[in-house]
Amino acid sequence: MSKRIDVSDLNVYYGDFRAVEDVNITLDAKSVTAFIGPSGCGKSTFLRTLNRMHEVIPGARVEGKVLLDGDNLYGDGVDPVTVRSQIGMVFQRPNPFPTMSIRDNVLAGVKLNNRRISRSDADELVEGSLRGANLWNEVKDRLEKPGSGLSGGQQQRLCIARAIAVSPDVILMDEPCSALDPISTLAIEDLINELKDEYTVVIVTHNMQQAARVSDKTAFFNIAGTGKPGKLIEFAETATIFNNPREKSTEDYVSGRFG
Amino acid sequence: MFSGAALGAGALIVAVLFAVALFLVVQALPTFSANPADITGGRGFFDYIFPIVVGTLIAATIALLIATPIGVAVALFTSHYAPRRLARGLGYVVDLLAAIPSVVYGAWGASYLASQLKVPYAWLAENFGWIPLFAGPASGTGKTILTAGIVLAVMVLPIIASLTREIFLQAPMLHQEAALALGATRWEMIRMAVLPFARGGIISAVMLGLGRALGETMAVALVLSSGPLIASLIRSGNQTIAAEIALDFPEAFGLRMHELIAAGLVLFLITLVVNMVARWIINRHKEFSGAN
Repeated sequence: MSKRIDVSDLNVYYGDFRAVEDVNITLDAKSVTAFIGPSGCGKSTFLRTLNRMHEVIPGARVEGKVLLDGDNLYGDGVDPVTVRSQIGMVFQRPNPFPTMSIRDNVLAGVKLNNRRISRSDADELVEGSLRGANLWNEVKDRLEKPGSGLSGGQQQRLCIARAIAVSPDVILMDEPCSALDPISTLAIEDLINELKDEYTVVIVTHNMQQAARVSDKTAFFNIAGTGKPGKLIEFAETATIFNNPREKSTEDYVSGRFG
Repeated sequence: MFSGAALGAGALIVAVLFAVALFLVVQALPTFSANPADITGGRGFFDYIFPIVVGTLIAATIALLIATPIGVAVALFTSHYAPRRLARGLGYVVDLLAAIPSVVYGAWGASYLASQLKVPYAWLAENFGWIPLFAGPASGTGKTILTAGIVLAVMVLPIIASLTREIFLQAPMLHQEAALALGATRWEMIRMAVLPFARGGIISAVMLGLGRALGETMAVALVLSSGPLIASLIRSGNQTIAAEIALDFPEAFGLRMHELIAAGLVLFLITLVVNMVARWIINRHKEFSGAN
């Protein structure tokens, strides 16, 4: 189920502009890794390269290697579609498909990969995924209603249910709580803690307390100035990053002196 | 101030529409009270209007059956497949096509397309003549209702293509990314996140196209050699309301004029019903439109 990601010498470009420079990092299986850093430091861009979602942006390209348990995601003949079905993603703003019911939202990814699924298997998968996203009790009586009728926090958990329904190896989360209220945020954070029993979770967050609460390891990204590429400054156990960082800029950032 | 202006504009539209409807009804009334024997054809208004209503619907249906799939495909290509520079060029060309006056299309249909279609029509009559729609003998000039339908299709195609393209471009990136992140191919993403979003817009675009096809006068008048209602699409015959009015109005007086205005009233009602049905289809799925 859960797989490890090794990134070596990764550079991301938008056209001629280098957005992220020379990242080397290993993301452990069954753990939560948080990416923190000031806005524009390339952490979201880097996150997107882990499932090749950056390719949606015209002109974006990558040099370097990303290995998922040893398989290079950027190898010859690797289809980004396959990559994305193995590495799920949850976005900043909840984005359930507005034209689909709650049930169909959960099944959306499964129906792509495996068109024929029996009614009972589908029911089981819907219940399992919604339970996995701590949403089942809230929506079990209205599975046929549109997903867009849920609250923001519920919609975000529906998106997590949709991501885990295809049983990915890794789940990427791009600031999943930035559009949510504190209570919904807490619900998502609890969920992240449970998810790491089965999945490799990578989360980008602007909220340092959140990184401290949910992650095992933390990576700090920074830029030297506008127009300069983002860099991975420091990567260590979360406790180390927050209490005893090696780099001066990490300490300044986590103690709130800048950013 | 602004609300007053908006209210005024809204009221003006209703007033104009009402005035048009009132004019049509008042001017058409003598037709309905006239002696059936005095109506063209000699058997009352219904027998006069029915064939040209059907002819209008046939021509418009052919046009939409051809133009809708092609128009949507062109729009999808420009919005989601073509490289940006090609897409822009193609967009200009499509918008330009929409601006060509209908008489040009009519002249092209009559002088070029019709003669090109003579051979295919003869082939259809020979091989598929057992289907009433293609019953022979095929028209010797190619000026049939099918040719008129094809010309209308060419005319409404740019309308459908350019309107649906705008809708496709507005499909939220958020949901397109959601589909891609689940491992959807580009086509699967379009089916999941673009087409459902664009559904209402496609229907509106098709209805606007239908409006133009139903009301088109010049192209049909030039292309079709009209006649009584027949099932075959490849023989000369049939007539549409708009072309009938345009061809006969200059010489009409007295009852004949009232008759043609009554025909216009019928056309007005058809477009009204078509638009209401479209509105109903769009609203039926409101709960899932994403607007809530």
